[in-house]
Amino acid sequence: MAGKMRWGDTLDDDDFLPPTTVTGPDAKGIKTMVEYKKNDKGDLVKTTTKMRVSRVERKQYNVVKERRQWKRFGEAVKESADDNYTVQAVEEIPFERIQKQKQTQAEKKEAADLKQALAGTDKQAIVGSLKDMLYKKRMERQLAAARGQLQVERPPEEDGPDGAPGSSLPAPGQGKPGGWVPPSLRNRQAGGDTGDSMRRREENSVRVTNLSEDTREDDLRDLFSPFGNISRIYIAYDRETGENRGFAFVNFVFREDASRAISNLDGYGYDNLILRVEWAQPRAER
Amino acid sequence: MRPYLLKGHERPLTQLRFNREGDLLLSCAKDKSPTLWFSEDGKRVGTYMGHNGTVWTADFTLDSTRLITGSADSSARLWDTETGESLFTFQFQEPCRAVDFALGDDMAAISSDPFMAAPARIHIVRIEEDITDQDATPVRQMESDKSGRVSRVQFTDLNKTLLTASEDGCLRRWDVEVGKMIEEKQVHEKQVQDMQLSLDGTHVVTASTDRTSKLVDVQTLETLKNYNTERPANSAAISPIYDHILIGGGQEASQVTTTSSRAGRFESRFFHKIFGEEFGTVRGHFGPINAVAFHPDGRSFTTGGEDGYVRLHHFDADYFSTRFLN
Repeated sequence: MAGKMRWGDTLDDDDFLPPTTVTGPDAKGIKTMVEYKKNDKGDLVKTTTKMRVSRVERKQYNVVKERRQWKRFGEAVKESADDNYTVQAVEEIPFERIQKQKQTQAEKKEAADLKQALAGTDKQAIVGSLKDMLYKKRMERQLAAARGQLQVERPPEEDGPDGAPGSSLPAPGQGKPGGWVPPSLRNRQAGGDTGDSMRRREENSVRVTNLSEDTREDDLRDLFSPFGNISRIYIAYDRETGENRGFAFVNFVFREDASRAISNLDGYGYDNLILRVEWAQPRAER
Repeated sequence: MRPYLLKGHERPLTQLRFNREGDLLLSCAKDKSPTLWFSEDGKRVGTYMGHNGTVWTADFTLDSTRLITGSADSSARLWDTETGESLFTFQFQEPCRAVDFALGDDMAAISSDPFMAAPARIHIVRIEEDITDQDATPVRQMESDKSGRVSRVQFTDLNKTLLTASEDGCLRRWDVEVGKMIEEKQVHEKQVQDMQLSLDGTHVVTASTDRTSKLVDVQTLETLKNYNTERPANSAAISPIYDHILIGGGQEASQVTTTSSRAGRFESRFFHKIFGEEFGTVRGHFGPINAVAFHPDGRSFTTGGEDGYVRLHHFDADYFSTRFLN
């Protein structure tokens, strides 16, 4: 169709678009729609949409069909189109399945086993049991996300560790002397601030590199929480793609937990990549 | 699911009823006009004007041509479902609490509250096909003096017996022919708010403020299953296609402001009929749920809350595809 058009005509009329054509549905019930539109640069874009057309047969009582024609009565007679006595909810309300108690008990047992393994010194055993649990949890989460039961967290907008929401756990030594600071000013202050908040960020901080692109905060929490309380997790996200940039910082409340995590997880295979876990270098030296 | 929100009432809902085919939904609330809706898209068909007080209850005839309602204005009315015209008024001295058509629609049971010196009564009235022959005098009258309010009445056993649920937590069976009580059983500790019959008529599900809902055999009044709701249950319904029980309730309306809405448990809650475990919830209401009903085809359900909204839910495909396992 576009071929039949003379090129001179298209130049004359910028707004001219070939007409939308619809063919089908064919024997397999496939309907094809071809649309043309101009994109921002003024190029012609051809969009071909294929749709499967299916007929749904529904049985209906004859009386129901008759009742559908009933006239309005009572208050409903006065009703106008914009009265909105009936509205459809905008929000999608899910049928929320309740997780079984049994499963959580099994999980508890797993967690206990893990703790036991960690108490030992055999690195091989630790890594083995961790791997099982993490893989399972990760798969469960992805399944839930695919079903729409779990909302996938959006990566935070900020770039760089400053002001990143990071962990929801309260960090130790939080109370700043200045009191509450509006969010718009927080970043600016943090840049020049060399006080408490900076030190807190660098305290017991572990740098994790060689992460896979789709690692999320929850995954890291699962990975590191067996070693001790975590005060903050920060994953560097790429501003453009939303994928993580392959490294993250995990802060522990206690230094010994952090060193235990380093000794156990450095060189640990996660998502087919070998993790590198080390003490984070102070900012100035980076 | 994207439920339809029906905003016909400004006061708390009291009862919801589907007709036999399930295309019509009637909502009763603590205002004067029961409202008829199309269940498919939630469009309002009309309101029945004539009552002068809270409408506690309603029932359709099997062919959906007529409707009976019971109101706190001490009357029960027969209506033409299609036109909204009030056909007949049964006038009593006491507020009417529950109504039910008998199988065949030639009789109806109406319960009246205890009021002044009068005890709670159950009136059996004959319903004439030709409305000009209709008589207001009850053919049977049964006094239920110890029970307090009779919150639900239900014809069972091919109209031979009448099952009633009441404020004292008892279920009672009455012989309709003789007008005498056959059996009573203390099923709940506190008042029974709702009682709905299963599709085959062999058992009922009750909802009570004692924070339980129970499955009770119609013949023996034996409690078959117990569903622990942790909050007062105001209404319960049995799915006509699956072994599912839908329970609506939540913290008492008077205490709602003292806690968060999460703690109030204002969701529609789904329990497995046999295993008695809660397996799903559907949230939506901002206050306790007062009335629930299953569509006769089991593919949609509706809830009415203290917040004055009726929510009409059509299940998504995953409700039918996922089975409740172990």
